Amino acid sequence: MEYASAKPHPDAALLRPIENPGRTFYYMVGVLLVIILYTGFVYFRQLWYGLGVTGMAQPVTWGFYIINFVFFIGISHAGTLISAILRLSKAEWRRPITRMAEVITAIVLAIGGLHPIIDLGRPDRILHIFYNGRLQSPLLWDVASITAYFTASTVYLYIPLIPDIAILRDRGVRPRWLYEFLSWGWQGTERQHKVLDRAMNILMVMVIPIAVSVHTIISYIFAMTVQPGWHSTIFGPYFVVGAIFSGIAAILVLMIVFRKVFHLEGYLKHIHFNYLSILLLIMSLIWFYFTFSEYLTGYYGHEPNEMRVFWYKFAGDFAPFFWAMIVCNFALPVAILCNRKTRTIPGILIASISVVVGMWLERLIIVVPSLANPRLPYPTGIYIPTHTEWMLFIGGVAVFILGYIIFARFFPVISIWEIEEGRHESAKIVTERITSYMPDPEPSSGGG
Amino acid sequence: MKWGMVIDLQKCTGCGGCAAACKLENNVAIVEPAESALGWTMLWMDMLTIYEGEYPRLRVRQIPRPCMHCDHPPCTKVCPVRATYINEEGIVAQIYPQCIGCRYCMAACPYTVKSFNWYKPEWPSGIRQTKNPDVSVRPVGVVEKCTFCVHRLQKAKEEAKFEARDLREKDYQPACADSCPTGAIVFGDLENRNHQVNHLSHSPRAEKLLEDLGTEPKVIYLKEVD
Repeated sequence: MEYASAKPHPDAALLRPIENPGRTFYYMVGVLLVIILYTGFVYFRQLWYGLGVTGMAQPVTWGFYIINFVFFIGISHAGTLISAILRLSKAEWRRPITRMAEVITAIVLAIGGLHPIIDLGRPDRILHIFYNGRLQSPLLWDVASITAYFTASTVYLYIPLIPDIAILRDRGVRPRWLYEFLSWGWQGTERQHKVLDRAMNILMVMVIPIAVSVHTIISYIFAMTVQPGWHSTIFGPYFVVGAIFSGIAAILVLMIVFRKVFHLEGYLKHIHFNYLSILLLIMSLIWFYFTFSEYLTGYYGHEPNEMRVFWYKFAGDFAPFFWAMIVCNFALPVAILCNRKTRTIPGILIASISVVVGMWLERLIIVVPSLANPRLPYPTGIYIPTHTEWMLFIGGVAVFILGYIIFARFFPVISIWEIEEGRHESAKIVTERITSYMPDPEPSSGGG
Repeated sequence: MKWGMVIDLQKCTGCGGCAAACKLENNVAIVEPAESALGWTMLWMDMLTIYEGEYPRLRVRQIPRPCMHCDHPPCTKVCPVRATYINEEGIVAQIYPQCIGCRYCMAACPYTVKSFNWYKPEWPSGIRQTKNPDVSVRPVGVVEKCTFCVHRLQKAKEEAKFEARDLREKDYQPACADSCPTGAIVFGDLENRNHQVNHLSHSPRAEKLLEDLGTEPKVIYLKEVD
């Protein structure tokens, strides 16, 4: 049997990491597996001894696990939501970005979704959620929305992947059985394309409200209590904005890394970074607007318990984190991205990393200070995460990197067929669309 | 029936006898001093230190703080598995075998009254044998809280049933009220006119902790008057 791989493919750069993975891949998998195994051991220790191995205590009963839960789920909004919005708004420049973004969602969502379970005192009783669940509890809403989002976003990742898997199958890339199975008999007929388009359209319309619901509901975990600093009506949109913000930053970091590692300069051009970083800049401003509204209303209300939390963040124990968050999420990215001279790839990389760090700090600042300032006068210590919590955080990041490099080892991180489609049809479609925007020429006034 | 408690701060000396009695009665784990400093102290009945005024007119008071057994408990609303609930007699209870240890109720409680078993509970060897057989020992990883010594209610009800009579006020008293040397803690049915708490809860000195939150606590404090 002869395979087409003899012929040079126009998008050979995208196929190279799959056809010739190289040794670095195995080294990285090895290193990451060691980290993950050690994390597994640390978690096992927590299971054995109880949550006492963490730094959580009375009254700060939620710590790193809940912070990372909110953070990872926030990052997951990068993908499917952004990709759906770009596809829906027919932004032609989306083509090389959507796949990368969707992969982030699928992997990070799986990691983030595990965090509440890691946080449980009795993970062995997790099934109580199903047979004793109370639908009135925001935690149950979360279980429902995260499951829905995970299902929708993995399907949304997989469906546009089918034609690419078929390309790999036709080129006889190993393991053949994998591509044979996953391509579902894709032949690229007109009918198949029609069905694919239909499925993608349905999914991208569905996925947007689901994604918005996910982070709204995560904010509800906090907002539905009466605790100072949490009981806020803007928490829903505030969290959604923060999630999209951190998500775009995560996509940008990943795009820059992949461009460097896989030499994708031909696909990820400066214009893609420029557009996405302007989106990042806008999100930074919206984020600041929400943060400003949230704290200003708290300050003017001047409710004593609210003010204790407020000053704890602004001038108390959490002031270094709070002001670092303002710098990372607002001052630094805005300063870098406002100026075209600094809006270069290194500049964007710095701004994006700063936003990812800043958004993690934001989650820290939302979760801990409200718990650390109970209404009644209790002795309160400072929450210091232990080795266990740090390790589970690092382990989570390691699982993300491992998941991503395994995906990139077997599947193209840039959608080949969508790029091809873009090459052939985009120009025509866009011209037609622009013509349709234009005012019709006036009917020739022959009679006048 | 609506069980409630009145704590007369005029009579309370802040001795902490109620906290000690509660700990022994309910088999609440004893935490080493080093771990206690980390914030793993377990007290169902805690003593709150309240500072009033400023130096030189500073006044420090110790007041007992059990679970408020709110009529609108913020903790039961958020529990994902119905491990904490309010029963028909107004007691906010915790079902230990059902609790998954998510600690959402602890985060939601405005009075911060709940305790969590960060480790498997342990007792020093001397008192290991003196645990109260009427109260189950909690496993690691679950939330626990003041139950108004509900096991005493069960016992009192059975006795009353056996003797074919109604439950009397003195039949059911939680350990804190039982042990208070000055009689500052009074316990009973808030809806029963013959019970002392019904009378005391309408005192002009009566106030509730964080009353403005609308949680409707069933623990009522009688404030000090000088």
